Amino acid sequence: MGGHLNINHLIFLGHGALWTVGLSLIALIGGGTVGFAIALARISPLKSVRLASAAYVQLVQGTPLLVILFLGYFGLAAIGLQVSPLVAASASLTLYVAAYLGEIWRGSIQSVPKPQWEAAEGLALSRTQRMLKVILPQAIRIATPPTVGFMVQIIKNTSLASVVGFVELMRSGQIVNNSLFEPFVIYAIIAVVYFAMCYPLSLFSQRLERRMGRGRVNLAPA
Amino acid sequence: MQQNTSSEPIVSLRDVQKSFGPLKVLDGVSFAVDRGEVLAIIGRSGSGKSTALRCIDRFEKVDGGEIMVCGHRVDRPDVDLRALRQDVGIVFQSYNLFPHLTIEQNITLAPCAVKKMATGQAKELARKVLAQVGLEEKLHAYPEQLSGGQQQRAAIARSLAMQPKVMLFDEVTSALDPELTGEVLKVIEQLAADGMTMVMVTHEMGFAKSIADRIVFMHRGKVHESGPASILTSPTTPELRQFVGTGNLKS
Repeated sequence: MGGHLNINHLIFLGHGALWTVGLSLIALIGGGTVGFAIALARISPLKSVRLASAAYVQLVQGTPLLVILFLGYFGLAAIGLQVSPLVAASASLTLYVAAYLGEIWRGSIQSVPKPQWEAAEGLALSRTQRMLKVILPQAIRIATPPTVGFMVQIIKNTSLASVVGFVELMRSGQIVNNSLFEPFVIYAIIAVVYFAMCYPLSLFSQRLERRMGRGRVNLAPA
Repeated sequence: MQQNTSSEPIVSLRDVQKSFGPLKVLDGVSFAVDRGEVLAIIGRSGSGKSTALRCIDRFEKVDGGEIMVCGHRVDRPDVDLRALRQDVGIVFQSYNLFPHLTIEQNITLAPCAVKKMATGQAKELARKVLAQVGLEEKLHAYPEQLSGGQQQRAAIARSLAMQPKVMLFDEVTSALDPELTGEVLKVIEQLAADGMTMVMVTHEMGFAKSIADRIVFMHRGKVHESGPASILTSPTTPELRQFVGTGNLKS
């Protein structure tokens, strides 16, 4: 107990920061994959698929991430699945991110003007070909700025994974503080590290938006 | 699918009905287009002329009646849409080129994806159809780098590359300045001279008169008067007489 902040503490925080990056990437890749499926399901020609995916999005967007994390960790344990904090946090973040990215991407796909669909149909392209060759390339341009912007939210939200005992940046800060009792210094360091991760992405997102000058999609606050 | 013999019309509509909600847009529309024929559909805004055209390519489903296009029963729910649309080319008022692709890629996309044409052959074809519309030098340009008239000509070339049996033109010059209209009309004129079967919805009365073999005048969802281009100079119904009286204005 007590003592001063030393290199070992900083290395420990560095490890935590790496796990924050790691967890963010897992959330982005997992959430992106599921989110893409959600986006397609939301515009499916089948009504049941549209309704089911819309219900999923509403359910997740109306639930705090903190609650989803607890449900992931303790809920799975309650039904007999003992999962590690990493698995629980990854699964919860994937579900959470998928709901938001799914909506961002659905909006992007739907903001490609309808005549583009018709022109592609008129050329006898199949639904898959229309999607892959005509609509998605245009939707990706529209989706890029809000997607990059949402990545900032993901990075910050991984801090909540500390509640299930996953040692990322926030949790490693808490652990260091438990031995040093210098909360202001330690949480200031952590804030700076989060900022250093998020700010470049924010700048990048703003630049993308300026360059494209269109296709803003409203982001629900996370 | 029925066999399409040369005596049968390429496009025929019989007693076609179509409503949008309570609004009856097509109220028993019938007409036919023979091979090599140019049919112009004219009429006021809201007369159902664009809807009639879109029904031919099944962009609108009809509520009743029969539509036969190149042997496809278009009114039936089980019509093979991709086969139909390989036989029918459509050009829209707003060009609808794909903005993320060059003109060449716009043109080669469908032949490569739908007809499985080899890339080299498709590029050859792109050059050929662009030459047809006088835009060879724009092969590698993007749509946004072209004027409206050039974009519309490129859209016509894209349609031609699928070698359709009939082409539909939906007010293709309505978004263009008068001076750009001319270059697009010249391309369509050349297509007509080459024997392409065409159905066009147009506001250009002078053009319709000079190019169309037959005119269909639509009024309140019905074919109100139809016949050779001469009906424009000597209309028999008061509605057409009044329409051609104001016909040079875009409605």
